[in-house]
Amino acid sequence: MAHGPAKGFTRWLYTTNHKDIGSMYLWFSFAMFLLGGVFALVIRAELFEPGLQIVEPGFFNQMTTMHGLVMVFGAVMPAFVGLANWMIPMMVGAPDMALPRMNNWSFWILPFAFAMMVATLFMEGGGPNFGWTFYAPLSTTYAPPSVTFFIFAVHIMGASSIMGSINIIATILNMRAPGMTLMKMPLFVWTWLITAYLLIAVMPVLAGVVTMMLMDIHFGTSFFDAAGGGDPVLFQHVFWFFGHPEVYIMILPAFGIVSAIIPTFARKPLFGYSSMVYATASIAFLSFIVWAHHMFTVGMPIAGELFFMYATMLIAVPTGVKVFNWVTTMFRGAMTFETPMLFSIAFVILFTIGGFSGLMLAIAPADFQYHDTYFVVAHFHYVLVPGAIFSITAGVYYWLPKWCGNMYNETMGKTQFWMAFIGLNLTFFPMHFVGLAGMQRRVPDYNQFFADFNMISSCGAFLFGAAQIMLLYNVISTIRGGKKATDEVWENPEGLEWTVASPAPYHTFSTPPAVK
Amino acid sequence: MSAEGNYYVPDQSRLPIFASLGLFLTVYGAATKLNGGGWTIFMLGAVVMAVVLWSWFSTVISENIAGLNSNQLKKSYVWGMGWFIFSEVMFFAAFFGALFYIRNFALPWLSGEGDTSTTNAILWSGFEAQWPLMVTPDMAANGDAAKVVGPGQNMSITTAESIWSWLPLWNTIVLLTSSVTVHFAHTALKNNNKKGFNIWLGITVALGILFLVLQAEEYIHAYSVDLTLDSGVYGTTFFMLTGFHGAHVTLGTFMLLVMWLRSVLKGHFKHEDCFGFEAASWYWHFVDVVWVGLFIFVYILG
Ligand code: HEM
Ligand SMILES: [Cu+2]
Repeated sequence: MAHGPAKGFTRWLYTTNHKDIGSMYLWFSFAMFLLGGVFALVIRAELFEPGLQIVEPGFFNQMTTMHGLVMVFGAVMPAFVGLANWMIPMMVGAPDMALPRMNNWSFWILPFAFAMMVATLFMEGGGPNFGWTFYAPLSTTYAPPSVTFFIFAVHIMGASSIMGSINIIATILNMRAPGMTLMKMPLFVWTWLITAYLLIAVMPVLAGVVTMMLMDIHFGTSFFDAAGGGDPVLFQHVFWFFGHPEVYIMILPAFGIVSAIIPTFARKPLFGYSSMVYATASIAFLSFIVWAHHMFTVGMPIAGELFFMYATMLIAVPTGVKVFNWVTTMFRGAMTFETPMLFSIAFVILFTIGGFSGLMLAIAPADFQYHDTYFVVAHFHYVLVPGAIFSITAGVYYWLPKWCGNMYNETMGKTQFWMAFIGLNLTFFPMHFVGLAGMQRRVPDYNQFFADFNMISSCGAFLFGAAQIMLLYNVISTIRGGKKATDEVWENPEGLEWTVASPAPYHTFSTPPAVK
Repeated sequence: MSAEGNYYVPDQSRLPIFASLGLFLTVYGAATKLNGGGWTIFMLGAVVMAVVLWSWFSTVISENIAGLNSNQLKKSYVWGMGWFIFSEVMFFAAFFGALFYIRNFALPWLSGEGDTSTTNAILWSGFEAQWPLMVTPDMAANGDAAKVVGPGQNMSITTAESIWSWLPLWNTIVLLTSSVTVHFAHTALKNNNKKGFNIWLGITVALGILFLVLQAEEYIHAYSVDLTLDSGVYGTTFFMLTGFHGAHVTLGTFMLLVMWLRSVLKGHFKHEDCFGFEAASWYWHFVDVVWVGLFIFVYILG
């Protein structure tokens, strides 16, 4: 088993190696990120000025929908799974993922699923145009025929996620090196373990809700049809029962990444390791009982409004614990500001802003004003872009030298960071203002009144896009050459992954290491 | 945790990529068919899937026979199957949740309970919540009489002449018995009683098939009295819950049948080496538990 990778491109088709599969996930995710980015730029180009100029309103709707779907399911989730594939076996001292062939299957479903989903754009009647939340009856009675393909795409990528998480759980629970007790595991492993449970619990519910849609559309059932005794609001309940845990699926692994990076560059152990673990677990638990905060305006009984309002606010407590721990880790540390650290610090600050706007949205009476405005768009982009995307980028810079054996170009990395940082804030900060003033989301035109802020947002978006091209360039040139990285790469980083050579050999830990 | 040396990491394999292809063709074909196309792509996908799964399982079985599977690897399989079943539980939870929501919230609100009386008066005047739902809001608003009327025409117990002629009870008895027999099979295997194993497992498979026959009987009856999938939300929840359960029983029966054939024809399974059988039997217990849920929430409280 000590051999290296197979020759030729079939290596990638037939591989059972967690590093190969991890790389494929990451490249796939980056491709989807660029595609979703192009869709976003179409939206921002249209919104550059009030009035309709570039695209038809119908196509605009397809763009918002596809942007959301591609980013959530195509960019963020696969990127985290890619990092999990690369890092978890190395972090726990395992020879590979627990079920390597299934691992390959989980990955290769995705290109097929997304090909099918993106292909709907070219089908008769156009692609999905009902928003990434695909509320019925927009997605049933009034949907284009291509919705059937969308439904099946969701089914198979759900299958991929479930298999991926089963694999991760089995790896973490069954493959740890002797001595690697649960409470010694790096936080990235912990957060992924909990994320995997979230995935197994909610992806089937997503499958359930799209199945109900399929039946309503093609077999005359009335789940979401009041005429037959069903209820469109039922759709929203089932969807958000999946949807809210889903947003935590996109953030918990990010918590793990920054919890690895901040101690390294603050040169201090992570403050409050066990409280981090418990906070993650509490967030995961709470994420199951807050879903209807997305539905405050749908007409729920007052008891429901109150319950979901208070439960949502509770989430701020464990989240606050985490932010406190990261800040305290940095406090009086011997800090240096390499690219991964810059992204991580930006993560802490900007994610906190997103958390605060989340708290504002959680106030049910106030949400009647905010709901479906650009304020919500600002909120979730502050948690997702600096949250998920920045942490993934930070992770890529942090581990890239381990993966390919070369150091990336620090100047270029920092330049990219500042471009992304400025671009992001230019794009999304003004959205708070226009949102509070009443600009609706998912509409291709707007009042003159909002013109200036929108123009700023659109410029910021293109700057942010340019930063990603720079990331691509930096990663490719690092893979192709550059200063050799040492095995440790950074100064005294913690974790088993730094004990193996750089680049990490094709097979690591074929016999388990001893963990003190 | 790994104390016992090397974990078996399989070499490159063609199986998963073809599995992805098969899955894609199957769902793409299904969507094409539903949008008015033909069956060809779907059938092609189904064939690819069948071939891949066949060879995938044979590979795993022969690896096991070749002694490649350490105890640690077997534990991975156990975790895998366990959490797969949990994901299935959550799938059913979505449908049970829908049933709960419709009965306890949607229907009362449609009938004007609480502060929803104007909606009822304007949109669905005359609609009253009832379960089983015979007159849908649409029918009420149009003044149509129920197509499905009176006792004997829905699936709840109150309509049967006597409890012994109530089909769902028999279904419950059959399925619960099969859970016991599959357990007997397991015990027999643990006691190295291969003959007992084969007999009890055979009986389990037969009971599974019997259940499916009874279920088909019930569906035919339902359709004959106009209780159909598209007859409103009662038919919707009834057929979707029992239908998905039936699909799982079919799969479970098939799995147990394969295990039985493996044992009878190939002499597979020893008392300490029987994961395939055990996985199938856990799955069987799971469909059984789901049935108990159905029996309570769909039939007794129906
Ligand atoms: C302190 C923590 C958080 C609170 C209190 C919170 C609260 C909320 C509320 C109340 C809404 C609904 C607003 C509306 O539609 O009117 C919302 C929307 C949203 N949140 Fe959060 N949130 C938090 C953290 C997060 C995180 C960590 C993420 C993802 C990483 C996230 C992603 C989203 C998304 C994607 C939406 C919009 C969904 C849509 O309608 O398309 N949130 N949040
Ligand atoms: Cu939420």
